[in-house]
Amino acid sequence: MNEKRYVARSTAIAARVLGNEMMIMSATNSTLFTLDELGTVIWEAADGATPLDEIVMQKVCSKYDIAPEVAMKDAEAFVTGLAEHGLLLVSDQPFEQAKRLSAEAK
Amino acid sequence: MPSVTAVTERSSVVVKIGDMPIRFHCDDPAFIRLIRERYDGYVSSVTEASFDFDIELAPLGTESRDEDVSVTWNSGSWLMTRGDFRAEWNPSTLRGRIQQTMNPYSLDSVLRIIHTLLLARKGGFLVHASSAIRNGRAFLFSGVSGAGKTTMARLAPPDASLLTDEISYVTRPDDRYLAVGTPFFGELARVGENLRAPIECIYLLAKGPENKIEPIVGADAVRGLLGNILFFARDPEFVKLVFDAAFDFVNRVPVRRLTFVPDARVWELIV
Repeated sequence: MNEKRYVARSTAIAARVLGNEMMIMSATNSTLFTLDELGTVIWEAADGATPLDEIVMQKVCSKYDIAPEVAMKDAEAFVTGLAEHGLLLVSDQPFEQAKRLSAEAK
Repeated sequence: MPSVTAVTERSSVVVKIGDMPIRFHCDDPAFIRLIRERYDGYVSSVTEASFDFDIELAPLGTESRDEDVSVTWNSGSWLMTRGDFRAEWNPSTLRGRIQQTMNPYSLDSVLRIIHTLLLARKGGFLVHASSAIRNGRAFLFSGVSGAGKTTMARLAPPDASLLTDEISYVTRPDDRYLAVGTPFFGELARVGENLRAPIECIYLLAKGPENKIEPIVGADAVRGLLGNILFFARDPEFVKLVFDAAFDFVNRVPVRRLTFVPDARVWELIV
């Protein structure tokens, strides 16, 4: 059974980095969200092809002094929150477009 | 056999805000006169227009009280609706149609929506702000209702040219941002002067015990500006355009907080 979760940025958003923060605006309701440095790292890595646990290990735990289980729990909550606002898409399968792009890159 | 042919010539008027002349046609000449009066100072003497809108008048009292504006993109046209109007606009054919009662404020709302859509493609926007030109430079005073936009306009000294007390028109013809006069007014009930000037600064208004100016930078500046930009369309592409415009504006124009006591001395700081 595949328990991995894949995350992809929604296309119905506008996003830009300013300093260490990521500012995201929902195209659905024009609500503005700001991510901190760690949130920005996960956001930028959410390519739809890389499982969340790999993102956490490679992008978070390797660079920040955070225990893996704590980082994973925080990342799960973070991803769920953004998904509820429609900013991130979450799936137990890699996203099709991401798979195509990944194959083309190889 | 002698015959008589009745020819009804439709009345029309061109309203030019910013650099965008829009022609309105209506079978009722009285409504065209009403538009001429309402947009005095913005009625163009030339007949060329970028877009043409046919206005169909419905009897007064037929409008609904629904206050929610809906702006959607569908099959190549923008559809704009509220309880008191329904408008369609196809940017490709350069034509549109407005159904409303004989109320110039409905047309005002349609015009605001059209200009937000047009400006977004050019890196500009409409923003809740009063604005004035002083010494050849434009100053914007932005905030939500009650923040002091009209107060700042009322307190403006005689050497300041008032562009609007309610909705400022920000355009980007080149690397600069310009503020342009608009006929959109608030409590002051006076159309702005049809002038333009490079924007020196945008002030986010706050009332307080003393007059002071503080810089606002980074994400706070973007947040402050975006909170006051007029958004109607929920279309992803449009949202991205406005979002990018706000970032670019903040990178080029200083954003400051103006805390002020509502009397004329606050304008001593605006130079």
